[in-house]
Order: sequence, then C-alpha cells, then structure tokens
Amino acid sequence: MQPSEPILRLRDVHVHFPIKGGVFKRTKDHVRAVDGVDLDVYKGEVLGLVGESGCGKTTLGKAILQLVRATGGSVTYHGDAGETELTTLDDAGLFPFRKRLQIVFQDPHSSLNPAYTIFGSLEDPLRHYGVRSRAERRKIVGDLLEAVNMRREAMDRYPHEFSGGQRQRIGIARALSIEPELIVCDEAVSALDVSIQAQVLQLLMDLKREKQLTYVFITHDLSVTEYLCDRIAVMYLGRIVELCDAEELFANTLHPYTEALLSAIPVADLDRKSERIVLEGDVPSPVNPPSGCPFHPRCRYAQDVCRTDVPALRPYRTAAGGEHLAACHLIDQPPAD
Amino acid sequence: MTDRTPGPDPELALSVRDLKTYIYANNRCNRALDGVSFDIHRGKTLCIVGESGCGKSVTAASILQLLPELSRIEEGEIVYHGAEGPVNIERLKRNGRRMRAIRGKEIAMIFQDPMTALNPVYSIGFQIKEMLLYHTRLGKRARHAKAIDLLRSMGIPLPEKRVREYPHLYSGGMRQRAMIAIAMSCDPRILIADEPTTALDVTIQAQIFELMDTLKREQGTAIMLITHDMGVVAELADDVAVMYMGQIVEAGPVGQVLRNPLHPYTRALLESIPVLGRGKNQQIRAIPGQTPDPYDRPTGCQFAERCRYRVDACAEMPPETQVSSSHRVRCWRHREFMADAAE
Ligand SMILES: Nc1ncnc2c1ncn2[C@@H]1O[C@H](COP(=O)(O)OP(=O)(O)OP(=O)(O)O)[C@@H](O)[C@H]1O
Ligand SMILES: Nc1ncnc2c1ncn2[C@@H]1O[C@H](COP(=O)(O)OP(=O)(O)OP(=O)(O)O)[C@@H](O)[C@H]1O
Ligand SMILES: [Mg+2]
Ligand SMILES: [Mg+2]
Repeated sequence: MQPSEPILRLRDVHVHFPIKGGVFKRTKDHVRAVDGVDLDVYKGEVLGLVGESGCGKTTLGKAILQLVRATGGSVTYHGDAGETELTTLDDAGLFPFRKRLQIVFQDPHSSLNPAYTIFGSLEDPLRHYGVRSRAERRKIVGDLLEAVNMRREAMDRYPHEFSGGQRQRIGIARALSIEPELIVCDEAVSALDVSIQAQVLQLLMDLKREKQLTYVFITHDLSVTEYLCDRIAVMYLGRIVELCDAEELFANTLHPYTEALLSAIPVADLDRKSERIVLEGDVPSPVNPPSGCPFHPRCRYAQDVCRTDVPALRPYRTAAGGEHLAACHLIDQPPAD
Repeated sequence: MTDRTPGPDPELALSVRDLKTYIYANNRCNRALDGVSFDIHRGKTLCIVGESGCGKSVTAASILQLLPELSRIEEGEIVYHGAEGPVNIERLKRNGRRMRAIRGKEIAMIFQDPMTALNPVYSIGFQIKEMLLYHTRLGKRARHAKAIDLLRSMGIPLPEKRVREYPHLYSGGMRQRAMIAIAMSCDPRILIADEPTTALDVTIQAQIFELMDTLKREQGTAIMLITHDMGVVAELADDVAVMYMGQIVEAGPVGQVLRNPLHPYTRALLESIPVLGRGKNQQIRAIPGQTPDPYDRPTGCQFAERCRYRVDACAEMPPETQVSSSHRVRCWRHREFMADAAE
C-alpha cells in the first residue's frame, strides 16, 4: 500500500533538551533526543516507529502533536484546507489541530485521573470542543465505551476499578472522543498481558477500518509492528536509520542495526531459531553521540568511513519497485537518488 | 559399592510436590498456589510461563522462603538436592541459619527490577564482596579480584573502575548484569530468574540470555526462568510449565508443549501473540474475558469460563494427567486433543 497523500510532513526535525547545571543553572549541554528526522505520514496508514529505549520515539511522537516543541525543522499538517506549519503556531493557533491529532500513552495506570469518574475524564475533551449538553456528552461517552467493547455503565466508575487492559481501552476511547484523524499510540499495548494485548490490537485495527484513522504506532516490539503496520521506521539515537514497507523490512533488511534488532527478538516458533546477534555494549548516550554513524561502536561491520562520516538516509529500489530508505555506508547496492 | 536401590536422578536439583501456598488478606484467602509440582535439573532451563497473577513469583518466593507477610506454605514439599543430600525447604525456618545458607549460596535469585534488589548506598563491588564474605572463605584481596572477574565475565566494560561505582551509575542492562554477577558469585546450583529482562531492550535482553545459556552450559547451573513471553520460552527453555490461576495446566519438554499443546489455555496463549516472520496475514485471536477473582476462584477448572472447549465436566477440577513420561496436562478433554493431533 502506498497512499499518495501525506497528512503530516516532517523535515529535519530536531528536539534538543537542555541539561542545566551549576549554581546559575546554565545550560551545560543538550540531550539530542530527536536529531534530524525527515518523515511523511500518509493518510490511512499504520506507521510503526521502533527502536531501543531512549532512542527518541516518544519525543518524536510528542513533537508530531506539538506536545513538545521542535527546536529545529518543520512539521506541516496537510488538511482539506491546505497546508499548515504547526511548529510556529501558539496554543490558540494549535487548538483546532489538537482535535485532529491525538495520543494514547504508554502507561494505562497514570494516564487517567484517579479522582474523576470515567465520564469525568472522557467528557473533558468533548466540552472543550463545544458539546454543550451534558445528556449529549453522556450519550457520546457511552457510545465510545461501547466502541472499545466496554459497557456504558463503566462511565460512572473510577479508574482503580478497572484492570490494565480495560484502562488502556478507556484511554483509546478518550483519544477517539473528538474524532481525530491521526492517533499516536505510544507503547499502547506494551504494558499489557499477552491475552489482553491481543484484545487491544484487534480493537485498534477494527477502529481504524471503521473510522479511516491514521496511526503512528510506537513500540519496541517488532512482532507487533510486523503484524500491525504498513510501514516501519527504525530509530537509533534520535535518527531514522531505516524506513520502508513492513514486509520489505523483514524480507530485505538493509541496516545492520535492524538486522541485530530482528535477530534479538525471541520468536515463539521453534522452527525459526535464527542466530542471535549479540550487540556489544549499551545504547550510547544522546548527550554525546558517537562521531560518524551513531551505530558504529556496536556495529560488527564498521569500517573507517563509519567512524568519521555520518551516513545520509538514502533511497534504494526494492524488488517490487518501491522505495526503501536506509542510512548506512556499507550497503552493497547503489542508491536510487 | 553393593547394590543399592537406585538413588534419585543425579541431575535433579529441586523438586516441588503438590505445593499449596495461600495468601490471606481482609479475612479472605487467596489460594495463590494450589497444588504445583515440577522438577528442576542441573544444566537445564525450566521456563514458567503464564499471565499476570497466575502465581509465578509466589512459586519463586516459596522456594526461597521469601513469601510476603500473611502467607504460608499450607501443604506439599520443596526438596532441594544439594551436595549434602536432600533438604526439605518448607520445613526450614524462614530466617534460620540453614535457610540463609541456602538462599544466595546454593539457590540464587535475580528479580524483575534490579533497582529493588541492589542496595543504592553501597557500591556494586561492595555488594558482591559481601556475598563472598558471607558465603565463602576467600580473603579480602581474593574477594576483590573475584568481584572484578565476575563483572568482566558479565561483559561489564572497565570492571576495575566499575567495581567501585554505585548502582545508579549503571544503565538498566548493566544493573541486571551486576545482579547476575552477585547471584553467580557463589556458584549456586540453582538460579531462579523472575522476569529478568522484562524492563530491558531486546538487544540487552539478548546479552543476558547469552550469559544464562553460558552458565547453564559451562557451570551446569539449573535455571528456573519466569516469563510471560512465549518467544522467550521457545528461545531458552528445555522444559516449560504453563501456569494458570495457581496451577500448572500443562508441562513438558518445550518441543512437545509448543508443537503439540494439549491444554486449551496453552493453545489460546500461542494463538494470541503475533509471531515475527508470519507477516500481516497471520490470525491472532484474543483470549476472551478475564482471569477470575483470585479470592473467589471457581471450584472446577480455573480456565473453564474463558474456554472454547468447555463441557459440563469442567465444573469439576480435572486431575493432572501424565500423557507421556515427561508431558502432563490438566484438562478433561486432553484425549480428544491428542487424537486430533495424531490425525
Ligand atoms: N523532558 C525531557 N528533558 C530532558 N531529557 C529528556 C526529556 N524527555 C526525554 N528526554 C531524553 O530524550 C531521550 C529520548 O527519550 P524518549 O522518551 O523519546 O525515548 P523513547 O524512545 O520513547 O524511549 P522508551 O522506549 O524508553 O520510551 C532520552 O535520552 C531521554 O532521557
Ligand atoms: N504481596 C502480596 N500480597 C497479597 N497478594 C499477593 C502478593 N503477592 C502476590 N499476591 C497474589 O498472589 C497471586 C499470584 O501472584 P504472583 O505475584 O505470583 O503472580 P505472577 O504470576 O508473578 O504475576 P506477574 O506476571 O504480574 O508478576 C495473585 O493473585 C496476587 O494477587
Ligand atoms: Mg517512550
Ligand atoms: Mg511476578
């Protein structure tokens, strides 16, 4: 699937967090959480964002929604009324876009306010966006809960009365409440038990079909992405190192980091025991990223050029005629650009 | 030696028989473990798998006598087969001398969250050396050297320097490796690992697994690995026990259980996860419903109310049935499933 219309276009997005220190709280250094990302999100697709802890997935997801502001680059929203640059808008200017772009958070336990009933949490966004009548809001919240396979009566109960999977479904109901176009799911199923994870995955897929949603699906679980996503972007230390169709990524891995990541996943299939590639060392710090290719200190193929030159994310032709982006000096086929 | 009756399997490291551990709260009783039996062998990995709350951690805590307050082993036995012959752990005092000597020295444990097990106010090296001081006769210098050796063997870079550092300076993966270093410091016969990699990245998880495989191969350590990830089971287990609501519903060699699952819960678990390499068209099927209230468990088969194959008989508790010398299952209908598989 290659839908042609982008809904969001990111260009050279940077998010650098200052590290303050000393008596005068001067900025000593920066965490380069997102460090130059180009990415198009197409209407109706499920785009997976994978990578190790700390590589910048959540920060990039939040930068898409303007929940953290990019320190460089542009995020353009493509709507029916033309293109809008989001990074320069203030809160008032962003208001109409917040409705279209929603997020479901990692942790089902902390994302709902324990002091509010479920109705209290879910009616808030509705009120913001002008549903005046309480009866109308109760009807919408009831419908939403049913849409995520919960009973309407659940709205008058409190978060602690629900299990993790139920709370995660309530979080999804809240994201859906104002009919968004795009939902960023940040580890939406990672904290859930396997049996419940499957319930939520199926729910997400059903809703997407019904409501023509676009998802950016952030996870560290590649088995889930393969099942769910149309395209997958692999991040390493604030950058995208590989990006292509899901099947292509698994069939024809180009980047050594993706290769190691795939080999490290325990697969529940006894007939597919592959060689485990054990990477040396830990994920390097985004404060002092390595010179050259950020992956070179852990890469088993690293050459001199990898230590000095930063590889660009370049397109390669796939067998099917599609595009496969990868950032590595050592790919043994010529790029298509 | 004259002809003695054959002793216990020489490779046997631990055997648990019909273990019942109950937890009491608000005058109610949670039968957290309700008749659990299994063996752990030297040089083998037993994986215990099951969803949250099924009793995996309580199993580990029972073996080490680290149970929470207001809980107790009500029935059954836990026999540790050490160098000096079998010991009934359930009869030892929780904090008696014998139990403290076994805990850490002979049966070591690594936890899900290394930060709760490592003491933040002592250096990593100090914590390893404490273990060695308590459990071995090594002198001061020898302990220091051994601590560095252990960190090096766990793949911690610059061990001479790192040995002096405090836990907060270690990354998550390094902390977990330090925990394993502490656990392995006294060459335990058994290593119990309770979800040791759940909080870690897959690349770091791969490092830890490599390490555990090496221990098993080179030291003959018996490993009991608790996980909820069927992928981990396929990757590391020699034997697997599938738990549900305080009971083992199916157990056996990993090849038999994963290739030919006989309990509907094992099947459901395997069908509910996307498997890497099977692409977008694989069918995953959620397990309907939820686990019952642990304080108000059904009297019959615990899985019955979520089971596609439920029949009237399931209102009564099915017995554990041995279907081969090493494969057992707790389900009234296992014969039909076996016949199906044979076709
Ligand atoms: N508000 C902040 N201030 C300073 N540093 C931050 C902030 N938020 C994130 N970081 C840092 O930015 C980097 C990227 O963090 P981010 O949360 O985006 O990673 P992630 O890929 O989502 O990781 P995980 O898989 O653990 O959720 C990390 O080094 C993190 O410590
Ligand atoms: N400290 C405790 N106090 C009261 N009940 C407990 C305690 N620890 C465990 N339980 C109960 O004992 C049962 C078994 O819990 P256990 O922690 O062994 O589950 P688990 O299989 O380890 O789950 P998880 O995958 O979430 O770690 C559950 O019903 C749980 O609620
Ligand atoms: Mg995150
Ligand atoms: Mg546990």
